[in-house]
Amino acid sequence: MSSPEWNNPVIKWVDSRLPVFSLMHHSTAGYPTPRNLSYWWNFGSLALTVLIVMIVTGIFLVMNYTPHVDMAFDSVERIMRDVNYGWLLRYVHMNGASMFFIVVYIHIFRGFYYGSYQAPRELLWILGVIIMLIMMGTAFMGYVLPWGQMSLWGATVITNLFSAFPIVGDFIVTLLWGGFSVDNPTLNRFFSLHYLLPFVLVGVVGLHLWALHTSKSGNPLGIEVKQPEDTIPFHPYYTIKDLFGMGVFFMFFLAFVFWAPNYMGHPDNYIPADPMVTPAHIVPEWYFLPFYAILRAITFDIFWFIPAKLGGVLAMFASILVWMALPWLDRSKVRSCKFRPVYKWFFWVLLADFIFLGYLGGKPAEQPYIIMAQLATAYYFAHFLIILPLMSKFETSVELPESIASAVLKKGDA
Amino acid sequence: MADTATNVENKTEGGESRRDFLLLATSVVGAAGVAGAIWPFVDSMNPAADVLALSTTEVDISQIEEGQSVTVVWRGKPVFVRHRTQEEIEQAATDDAAALVDVQTDADRVQKAEWLILVGVCTHLGCVPLGQKPGDPRGEFGGWFCPCHGSHYDTSGRIRKGPAPKNLAVPPYAFLDDEHVKIG
Ligand code: HEM
Ligand code: FES
Repeated sequence: MSSPEWNNPVIKWVDSRLPVFSLMHHSTAGYPTPRNLSYWWNFGSLALTVLIVMIVTGIFLVMNYTPHVDMAFDSVERIMRDVNYGWLLRYVHMNGASMFFIVVYIHIFRGFYYGSYQAPRELLWILGVIIMLIMMGTAFMGYVLPWGQMSLWGATVITNLFSAFPIVGDFIVTLLWGGFSVDNPTLNRFFSLHYLLPFVLVGVVGLHLWALHTSKSGNPLGIEVKQPEDTIPFHPYYTIKDLFGMGVFFMFFLAFVFWAPNYMGHPDNYIPADPMVTPAHIVPEWYFLPFYAILRAITFDIFWFIPAKLGGVLAMFASILVWMALPWLDRSKVRSCKFRPVYKWFFWVLLADFIFLGYLGGKPAEQPYIIMAQLATAYYFAHFLIILPLMSKFETSVELPESIASAVLKKGDA
Repeated sequence: MADTATNVENKTEGGESRRDFLLLATSVVGAAGVAGAIWPFVDSMNPAADVLALSTTEVDISQIEEGQSVTVVWRGKPVFVRHRTQEEIEQAATDDAAALVDVQTDADRVQKAEWLILVGVCTHLGCVPLGQKPGDPRGEFGGWFCPCHGSHYDTSGRIRKGPAPKNLAVPPYAFLDDEHVKIG
C-alpha cells in the first residue's frame, strides 16, 4: 500500500510525523472493496453508529442518574419528567440497546449465510463473537440501573446462574453481589462496569476493523478478489451506500423512540424494585430470550456428573461459544450459501429455530413449552455440530463464477 | 531467553547460568507481587464489614394462626415463617420416605414441628417462591411453588420437582419464648 502524496503543507507535516491522514486514506478511498456488496453489508457500519449513539446518550444520562437503591428509580423518573429532553435521551438509550441487538443479530446471521467466518477471516469472526458477549454483559448491567422489578429480579436470576459452578460458584456470586442478595453494592458495581464496558467495546471493535482491513471485506459470492476490476474504492461508493442505509435505519429506530418507546420493554420495570416479591413472570429483555430458552431447556441431569442447573448454564454459554468454532466446523471450500444448494435450506431452518427459541424463552416454564424448548435446543446444537460439518463434507456445490467482475458484469449485460 | 544478549561463556557447567536463575527468581517474585496487588481489588468486591455485621430479626409469632404464614426480612432476604397444620406436619413426615432430591427428614428441618422457618429464596436462581398468601399456587406437593422455572417444594420446604437442586434453606434461629423467635 503506497502512501498518497499530500499537497497541503500542514497535512504533509503532520502526516510524516503521525500518519493519521494516510490511515484515513487507506481505510476509505484507498480501501479496495468488492464491487458487489449488498445491503446485508451495511450492518457493520450501522452497529458502529449505534455504539456511538449509546455512548453519547449514556454519558448524558449519567449526569442526572443516581446509582443508589433508594434513589435510582426516582432519578430515572426525574430524567423522564423534569430534565430537559431527558425523555429523549432515555428513550434513545433504551431503544438503542434493542436496535444494537437487531443490527448485530442481522450482522451475525449474514455471516452464517455467506460463510464470512471462513479462512482467512477466522479471527475477525471470533472478535465479533467477543463483541457480542461484551454487548450482552453491558446491556444486562444497564437494565439493572433503573432499579425496577425486572431490573432486580433479572439480575437475581442471572447472577445466581454462577452459583451452578462447583466449588467456586458461591464465592463468585457473593463477589458479584458484594452482599447476600442483589442490593446497593451490586447496583454500584454494575453502574461502574456499565460505564466501562462500552469503551472496552470500542477497543475490540478497533481490533475487529483492523482484522477486516487486513483480510478485506468478503462479498455475497464468497469468492476472493482476484483483479482490480473486482473492486471499487470504499469512498465514495460505499460511504454513500452506508449513509443511505443509516438514513433508513434511523427512520426505523426513531419510529420506536417517538411512537412506541416502551414496546420492546417490560411494564414491570416501571414498578420500583421490591426484594420481597418476585414478579409472577420474569422475562429477560427480548434479545436474550433464545439463550434464556436454552438455559431453561435443561431440566434433567446430564450423565451423573452435571446437575440440571449447571447443565443449563453450560448449554447457554455453549450456544454462543459454538459460533467461535464455526471456521473449523464448516469444512466447505465454498463460502456463500448461494452456491450451497442444500445447506442453504438448513440456514433458514436454523434461523427459524432461533426465532422459535426466542418465542419459547418468553413463555412460562411449563408444558408443552419445556419439551418444545428441549427439541429446539437439540436442533440448534445439531445444526452446528452435526448438520454443518457433514453437509460441508458431502454436499456438491454449484459451480462458482470465475471472478466477481465476470459474475456481476455479465448480469448487467443481460 | 537469557541468552539473547550474552554469549556462551556465561553458562556454568551444568548448562545453567546465574542469569537464568535471576530471571526465574525475578519472575516468581514479580508474579507474587502482581497477585498480591490484585487481591485487594478483588476482595474489595466482597461484602463489606457493615454488610457482614450480622443483623438479626425478631418475630412475634403469637398472631400467626394455624395454616398461616408470614414473610419477614432478614439480611435483605425474605424469611418464611409458617404455622403448619396437623395435616401438613403429617404429610411432611410421610414424605421423609419419598424419593427426595436433597435428602433430609422433616425433623431435621424444624425445632418445633408446627413452626417451619425457611429462607424464602428458591435454590435454583433466587426467586421468591409463591405459597405465602392464601390464593397462591403451592405446587404439586402442597408447600411452595417457584414460578420462575417451575420448582415445587413440599410441606417441609424440600425440593421435590423442578430445576432447583436443594431444599429451601433453614436459617439459624432460636425461640426466645413461646411467642418470639429470633432469626440470625
Ligand atoms: C454498548 C453500549 C450500551 C448498551 C447496550 C447499554 C444498554 C443499556 C440498557 C438496556 C439500559 C436500561 C434502559 C432502561 O430500561 O431504562 C441502560 C441504562 C443506562 N445506561 Fe446504558 N448502555 C450502553 C452504554 C452506556 C454508556 C457508555 C453509558 C455511560 C457512559 C451508559 C449509561 C447508562 C445509564 C446512566 C443508564 C440508566 C438510565 C436509564 O435507565 O435510562 N450506557 N443502558
Ligand atoms: S428460580 Fe425458582 S425455579 Fe428457577
